[in-house]
Amino acid sequence: MTTLTPAPAPASDPRPTSRRRRRGSPDSQAVGRHRNPLSRALGWTAIGLVILVTLFPFYWMLRTALSNNRAMFSEPLSLLPVDPTLGPIQRVLGLQSTADALAEGGSVGDINFTQYLINSIIVCTLITVFQVLLSAMAAYAFSLLEWRGRDAVFGVFLVALLVPGMFTLLPNFLLVRDLGLLNSYLGIALPAMFFSPFVVFFLRQFFLGVNRSFIEAAIIDGAGQWRIFSRIALPIVMPQIITIAILQFIFYWNDYLWPLLIGQTEESTLLTVGLGIFRSQTPQGSPDWAGLMAGSLIAAIPIFILVLVFGRRIVGSIQSSGVK
Amino acid sequence: MATMPLTANPRRGAKVSRKRGQLVPALLFLLPALLGFLAFFAWPAARGIYLSFTDYNLLSDPEFVGLENYASIGGDSVFWRSMVVTLQYVLINIVVQTIAAFALAVLLHRFTKSMVIRGVVMLPYLIANVIVALVWYWLADYNLGLINSALDAIGLDRIGFFGDQQYAMTTIALVNVWRHLGYTTLLIFAGLQAIPGDVYEAAAVDGAGEWRVFRSITLPLLRPVLAFVLVVTVVGSFQIFDTIAVTTQGGPVDATNAITYYIYDKAFGSFDFGYASALSVILMLILAVIALVQMRVLRANQSDLER
Repeated sequence: MTTLTPAPAPASDPRPTSRRRRRGSPDSQAVGRHRNPLSRALGWTAIGLVILVTLFPFYWMLRTALSNNRAMFSEPLSLLPVDPTLGPIQRVLGLQSTADALAEGGSVGDINFTQYLINSIIVCTLITVFQVLLSAMAAYAFSLLEWRGRDAVFGVFLVALLVPGMFTLLPNFLLVRDLGLLNSYLGIALPAMFFSPFVVFFLRQFFLGVNRSFIEAAIIDGAGQWRIFSRIALPIVMPQIITIAILQFIFYWNDYLWPLLIGQTEESTLLTVGLGIFRSQTPQGSPDWAGLMAGSLIAAIPIFILVLVFGRRIVGSIQSSGVK
Repeated sequence: MATMPLTANPRRGAKVSRKRGQLVPALLFLLPALLGFLAFFAWPAARGIYLSFTDYNLLSDPEFVGLENYASIGGDSVFWRSMVVTLQYVLINIVVQTIAAFALAVLLHRFTKSMVIRGVVMLPYLIANVIVALVWYWLADYNLGLINSALDAIGLDRIGFFGDQQYAMTTIALVNVWRHLGYTTLLIFAGLQAIPGDVYEAAAVDGAGEWRVFRSITLPLLRPVLAFVLVVTVVGSFQIFDTIAVTTQGGPVDATNAITYYIYDKAFGSFDFGYASALSVILMLILAVIALVQMRVLRANQSDLER
């Protein structure tokens, strides 16, 4: 159980400046024992291959999304977009006329990724904001407040972390149906809004590391618990709050099965679900690949941006999740 | 738990009164999470177990049927077939992924500390299963996909990566290796970084060779991290759904009808919620047993370093 513990803040929070400084540090020399030029070349070739295999499918997504779906079939091996066009992207965003779509061999079904994009942004923001804030409150109660039975109640909460999502999926579907929330933003978001055992668990570690003398001082000044939470504890763990909020946003952005069950109207279809629907349409006997890749690209771009901006944080947090 | 420093508080017995005093704010802080826990976890869990003993079909009221669902699972050949293909998936996925991630982590640890490279390697893990599945479905398409076109161009036979019973599950397992490789690599990489440098220095002083160092130091010291990685990835791997749902949809001929897809199909394809619930209970029990056995065998909680 203890292996699940994310490492406490200071060691795991990578600062942008640490990279250069580390290069000459003794620990990097202990590791970098590779002087043999042959093994260096082999090692770097292997790393290069991994990077190529990792990035190539993304390039292929872009190449396909910028191709004319009809022309593409005659040049399946072309590394560049075939008859380059923004048509597929316009098509899935609902900006291309039916005639143009047909001319490019694209799908002309009711696919509107502009709407799906808006749906995904609203639902994922709704979940992330509520879940992280309410989980932080719970984590605060489980760490910086002293009360009888605290650790026992926390243990019960952790059970939720260990139970596979599939187990509560069907009954939760029934619950959302009974609440009359099928095909609504709230229906998709509600079960995740109140808490995530993972987030509670993650943030509790960092609250436990907060210096209690700050809190003691605030109590003497007569501050209430809400004030201490919102003005002292929360700002101290803000870097971790941001990290976990990004990770949770990405998680729900990528989620498929739950939104597939709950959101089936155009107004409640999320991007992943929309892609699944689009994939099952086969206008010319095969899917509109250019359009499908354009839709995939649109769904992936927000993640690319998050990785570009917060990649260091995300890497640090994943790495620290496995080491005590 | 840590005792509070009370030097700033002049009142005697302040700790006791605070303990009582903080119960009310604690409950208020916990209230939303507690509500969520009860409404969307505890209650559905109980309801799921209850439904597994009924014939609920979404339309008429559930009727208690005792152990009937569980009894028919035993004779359900599709269920057993689905267990077999799930295990096949898990086995290929975990073995390839763990070995590849281990190799990549060692490579990265040896050659570079570049955060950019680690970020690139991690990227597929942050992209939706659905997108990853679609990109590979396209790359491996029988007629138009790049891979088959390339095979054809160099005079080899085309391969039905997703369409051929023989290959479909392996293909899906490898697609998900591609997605999870970076995540697993980062966890192992962190484990490697956590091994203190002086252990290696001591080994070097003793004249230990590369292989010896790897076998006697790196591997044993990495065991807790590997245990964690295996528990997390195996339990996750068992619940493969998204990739199957957007590509093969369980086919061809149930070759990729993994257990979660079968549960989904039972519930929302044939509205057999009672039976699907019983399958979910079975799945949870299987996962619990696997996690417990792994923790035991791999002694996940103990580090060889701290002994």
